[in-house]
Amino acid sequence: MAAVVDTLRLTAEDALGLVKRREISPAELHAAYLDAIGERDGELHAYLRTCEQPSGESIPIALKDVISTKGVETTAGSKILSGYVPVFDATVAARCKAAGLTLLGKTNTDEFAMGSSTENSAWGPSRNPWDPTLVPGGSGGGTSAAVSAGLAPWGLGSDTGGSIKQPSALCGNVGLRPTYGTVSRYGVVAFASSLDQVGPVAKTVRDVALLYSIIAGRDPLDSTTVELPEPVELPAGERLDGLRIGVPKQIESLAAIEMGVRSAFEHALELARDLGAELGECDLPTSYRYGMPCYYLIAPAEASSNLARYDGARFGPRSEAATYREMVERTRDEGFGPEPKRRIMLGTYALSAGYFDAFYGQAQKVRTLLIQEHREALSRFDVIATPTSPTVAFPLGDKAADPLAMYACDLLTIPSCLAGLPGLSIPCGLSDGLPVGLQLLGAQFGENTLFRAGQVLEQAIGFDTVPERLR
Amino acid sequence: MAISKEEVLHVARLARLALTEDEVERLTEELDAILDAVGIVGELDLADVPPTSHPLDLVNVWDEDEPRESLSLDEVFANAPARDGDLFRVPPTA
Repeated sequence: MAAVVDTLRLTAEDALGLVKRREISPAELHAAYLDAIGERDGELHAYLRTCEQPSGESIPIALKDVISTKGVETTAGSKILSGYVPVFDATVAARCKAAGLTLLGKTNTDEFAMGSSTENSAWGPSRNPWDPTLVPGGSGGGTSAAVSAGLAPWGLGSDTGGSIKQPSALCGNVGLRPTYGTVSRYGVVAFASSLDQVGPVAKTVRDVALLYSIIAGRDPLDSTTVELPEPVELPAGERLDGLRIGVPKQIESLAAIEMGVRSAFEHALELARDLGAELGECDLPTSYRYGMPCYYLIAPAEASSNLARYDGARFGPRSEAATYREMVERTRDEGFGPEPKRRIMLGTYALSAGYFDAFYGQAQKVRTLLIQEHREALSRFDVIATPTSPTVAFPLGDKAADPLAMYACDLLTIPSCLAGLPGLSIPCGLSDGLPVGLQLLGAQFGENTLFRAGQVLEQAIGFDTVPERLR
Repeated sequence: MAISKEEVLHVARLARLALTEDEVERLTEELDAILDAVGIVGELDLADVPPTSHPLDLVNVWDEDEPRESLSLDEVFANAPARDGDLFRVPPTA
């Protein structure tokens, strides 16, 4: 008789314990999640497709649909990849397999991970488990919604400017964007290569640390990866004595941050102080005025180059035409949705003759300033703390017609992404019944510090990750 | 106006996108607003600041030149819209 599992509450660590003690078989656990998906995913649309048969000897995992999975359709949320079945695994998928993890399914994403709500998915939006009239955030809204609603114990996302941290904040789970270069992108559908990172999403900091230890490290197939300077430690602390936390002084005057977000954030800071942390003020003068503009030049420029490969010649659907050039142009116009087109156009413009220096070249220099000011702040502090998202989850349709309003969702997550630094988002309370995320940023390869700080704060905050309406 | 309709058409040609008339109209408006917003990077005097293209200090990553197994031709062509023997078949270039 198998143990009855409550997938809404089961952490990955507990699930691993159940399997190890043979209290439940991998197949029974897989089936329990498929049942939960059958029950709740009709409303939430966290998954684009599920795998009926368990493939491993351990617990299940959900992978964002930008991660290539051998034999399982991978579309990156785009029509231009519909029917695309990878003939090889991404390195992160292979590492999950090697650890015995079994693929539960592929989760929804904004098309090519471009967006902050999943509304740009060609296959329709996902919905927030806390309130299905609201977005789950994006681009990794599918993975976050799945973890939040008990449709996966954990999952992988990808983050270019906030696509792991922001949906984790909006759905009330824990998400890590790792240090640039620590996780392989081999087999991950490319968006902006100097920014893209794969990272874990789960209910607890310990689960996130555990999954990070499975996927991180140098991969000979991705020459931008490096070996971790120290092994990943599973955090188990109770105090924050001696931890220096810097809060950017610019946060106070940012009008975009909602009142409820601000008070949950300030409450978390007070708890940190009570637990022994030393709080101080740091200065990120360029980050919040120029970070977003810098990102929306660099990321589209790189995207315009990466997305040149979708030409109807080698894979994906093709629009027939009399000449090669016409075939390519029609395939691309019919295959890409509005947001990738917007970014391809913006990026091509920023890179084109006559505009390169004023736009892309200038943005690359702003990026240098962002790196310098984060380095300076992190020479005085172990961790920088901000809210993850300026707002809680917003209604579907609210920002979909206004690209600039959608881009502003990533105001607080973007600067550290440009600097290549790790960031952890943990739930720190509710505002009007909706989760608020606390963002902890660390130095390069500072994941263990983020895990230690995040886990102690998580215990002190005592956030219930199960959405109220599902309890 | 930061960008004209003619420039949008020019960029679409560079990007190999056969935009419809409606798309050209909409993108002209949207790109104009976006370029206004991102153009503020021009406020900063950065003449002496070096550009960053990559956040890690990696230079010339070398690998041993050893033969490795690669995909079979059938795997390579598995997702091809049209195959002609060992070639991808596409329409004529002109």
